[in-house]
Amino acid sequence: MPNTELKSHEPTGPIEERWRQHKQNSDLVAPHNRRKRTVIIVGSGLAGGAAAATMGELGYNVKCFCFQDSPRRAHSIAAQGGINAAKNYQNDGDSVYRLFYDTVKGGDFRSRESNVYRLAELSVNIIDQAVAQGVPFAREYGGLLANRSFGGALVSRTFYARGQTGQQLLLGAYSALSRQIEAGTVEMFPRHSMQDLIIHEDKARGIVTRNLLTGKVEAHLADVVLLCTGGYGNVFFLSTNAMGSNCTAIWQAHKRGAFFANPCYTQIHPTCIPRSGDYQSKLTLMSESLRNDGRVWVPRNKEDVTKDPKKIPEEDRYYYLEERYPKFGNLVPRDVASRNAMYVCDDGLGVGPEVDGERRAVYLDFKSAIDRLGEDTIRERYGNLFEMYERITGDNPYETPMMIYPATHYTMGGLWVDYNLQSTIDGLFVGGEANFSDHGANRLGASALMQGLADGYFVLPFTVGDYLGRNRASSMAELDEDHPVVADAVAGVEGKLKAFTEAPDPKHSPDFFHKKLGNIIWKYCGMARTAEGLEKALEEIPKLREQFYREVKVVGDTDGFNQTLVKAARVADFLELGELMCIDALAREESCGGHFREEHVIDMEAKRDDENFQHVAAWEHQGDPSAAVRHEEPLEFEYVKPTQRSYK
Amino acid sequence: MKTKNLTLHVWRQRGPSDSGDFETYVAKDVSEHMSFLEMLDVVNEELLENGDEPIAFDHDCREGICGMCGVVINGYAHGPQAKTTACQLHMRQIFAENLDELWIEPWRATAFPVVKDLAVDRGAFDRIIQAGGYVSIRTGSARDANETPIAKDVSDASMDAAECIGCGACVAACPNASASLFTAAKVSHLGLLPQGQAERSDRVRKMVGQMDAEGFGSCTNHGECESACPKGISIDWIARMNRDLLKAMTTSTDDVEERD
Repeated sequence: MPNTELKSHEPTGPIEERWRQHKQNSDLVAPHNRRKRTVIIVGSGLAGGAAAATMGELGYNVKCFCFQDSPRRAHSIAAQGGINAAKNYQNDGDSVYRLFYDTVKGGDFRSRESNVYRLAELSVNIIDQAVAQGVPFAREYGGLLANRSFGGALVSRTFYARGQTGQQLLLGAYSALSRQIEAGTVEMFPRHSMQDLIIHEDKARGIVTRNLLTGKVEAHLADVVLLCTGGYGNVFFLSTNAMGSNCTAIWQAHKRGAFFANPCYTQIHPTCIPRSGDYQSKLTLMSESLRNDGRVWVPRNKEDVTKDPKKIPEEDRYYYLEERYPKFGNLVPRDVASRNAMYVCDDGLGVGPEVDGERRAVYLDFKSAIDRLGEDTIRERYGNLFEMYERITGDNPYETPMMIYPATHYTMGGLWVDYNLQSTIDGLFVGGEANFSDHGANRLGASALMQGLADGYFVLPFTVGDYLGRNRASSMAELDEDHPVVADAVAGVEGKLKAFTEAPDPKHSPDFFHKKLGNIIWKYCGMARTAEGLEKALEEIPKLREQFYREVKVVGDTDGFNQTLVKAARVADFLELGELMCIDALAREESCGGHFREEHVIDMEAKRDDENFQHVAAWEHQGDPSAAVRHEEPLEFEYVKPTQRSYK
Repeated sequence: MKTKNLTLHVWRQRGPSDSGDFETYVAKDVSEHMSFLEMLDVVNEELLENGDEPIAFDHDCREGICGMCGVVINGYAHGPQAKTTACQLHMRQIFAENLDELWIEPWRATAFPVVKDLAVDRGAFDRIIQAGGYVSIRTGSARDANETPIAKDVSDASMDAAECIGCGACVAACPNASASLFTAAKVSHLGLLPQGQAERSDRVRKMVGQMDAEGFGSCTNHGECESACPKGISIDWIARMNRDLLKAMTTSTDDVEERD
């Protein structure tokens, strides 16, 4: 039965015993029966790739799907900084409990304690696994693994592989996956995009995909479906996500009954390269570590915003973070740094190129660090980042201040899941960024890789096995491609896609609408939100959606390689999800983590309302995003007691 | 801000069996701050507006790490800037080279059939990895990560090889369309590490065997691959792979398997 009561199914008892105890009570599938059970995994990033490799290894019949030309290209690959693990190799007082504590607190008390503890516990196994696969993490001269402190953590628990940790971890998972493809336990379907979820007798039983090469729409049936399809940050059009990152898989599952949790929790990263023109297709993140030595400022006077920054005297520079937050200065948390950059640009003090009539950038200046430490030290610390910056902007940051501006980076919201990572639909499991589970209202640096791999290698293979053990093959209802449920789903997708090529008054490209949507969301549901703004967005989005269906222009056929058609289908889903985001943001009358409501502040900082909002908001689809019904899963904090944060 | 009009000669091919040809377009008011792919985006928007089919090309992260993009620009894989993917190539570089006309083509290799226009099928790379590009370790059976110290220089060298993004520029640049640099990078990444020793011989034989079976050419030391590689993967790895291969062939344990 669908879990519409949002039962978390978390074990009780001491928190450090819960996962072990839960595994002990889990059902298992006998080895000889596993190959008779088909597992569909959508997505081949850290969560999906790791789950596919591991479940293939266990002997299940796995089918894995990705929209890219190879599973090695999933966007996990772009993570730069590192991966946290409570190894305490540095003997600096780290522990599983401390990582758990930091993650719950960092998530601003909006995550489920049992899940977070399990994540911290599994973090140590991930490092062992990755090293055994040959992931070349950074090492010290003695040959042991190196660590660094990341994102303001008081301990050094972050493992890294130069600036390419995500790439190396993904290639580790990809190699394990490749081994299973060779062994014949995993069948890989690259260049396939999931378009619908098939549910039969209240259980997820398959998916409808479109082959991006041939255009063929077809059904794939299974005993269980796993979605590991990443986040929905591209709802903003401009984000640090890959161009192809999309919400279609989770959104279609939502429309089929999976509750969507906390869609308004999005993370904005403060140090990205600003827009240079209206042709901008994505934003590039610069590592947060730059704020360790760079000083953030804008001109004090509006007339100086176009002046050469080097010619602006010290007294005319506004080091706004240092002035407003004397204790933390330039190292305030991500959301505080981001919001303040927005405020100074709102005040007309922004610098950089004028795009759409506005200047939206602030300086990140290394001059005083270079004077103090010498150019060589700065080069050693940030050489590769400075090089990347120069490649993109043409400016040399050793000589002229960098320009930065915040950009959407990660989405903490996602499909609601219980402790087993099962959604409200029986047999539909969700892993990685696609679920809502572990980061609460705000994710700590170096935790995304950790969660994806914990879900993929260690959680899903157990909990999915338990599900299959409890739902034996003989008890599953018969289902084949000719069944009306399946045939209807396939026909539905074919019809939907065809409609994009036959809009009544085709005028504009899918990107035209995507950019418009992005502007609305960025303006009203970005770094700071107000009831008034959100209500305005909720008026504009449905109108834009209507215009989209009337005027979207797709040239070319539905059968064959057609990138415009692919884009149109993705934008259609973003246009719905964007509305739900704003509805959720409006309903959450508090500020917490990445969700900042200007009506709910204390001393200019986020003010949580634990009395009324210490819960997960999970939305049930009812035909239209505007009709979605809000459900609540209350959150209890037995171990980490909620406190209000302060950076003054 | 500098802008310029450019003449683009773009390879258009409807599908793998179509013969294909160059079509000429004018990209108007190209800004120096655009990336090369953003310029193609703008051209595509205009094509679509006029009811023409946009140019198909593969791309995803646009940060130079996923390896999905890649086109030949005026004869150079990923364009004229060293150690730069097509998505990270910015138009100011093109302006600096005083280029007014660009010839844009897909990777050309028998083993990379054209899917459409500038997009190709690089499935052969996946199959080379599937043949042996891994350490056979089951999930959950790893011992503590610090139990085996690995000298920093060895680990760093392994990382140098592991940086390969699998884009295929090495194949496109090679006059023989050899995949030696790609294959050697993975063979060396794993072969340098203690974890990779147990399967070292087997791995190199299988991966090179698969590379040959896919129809890639042989390496004749032109070095074009190294100069085209956006990650600066060294051609030295090919020499190392060849040494490993020779050793594996002369010390083959195939007959041992046959005995039992």
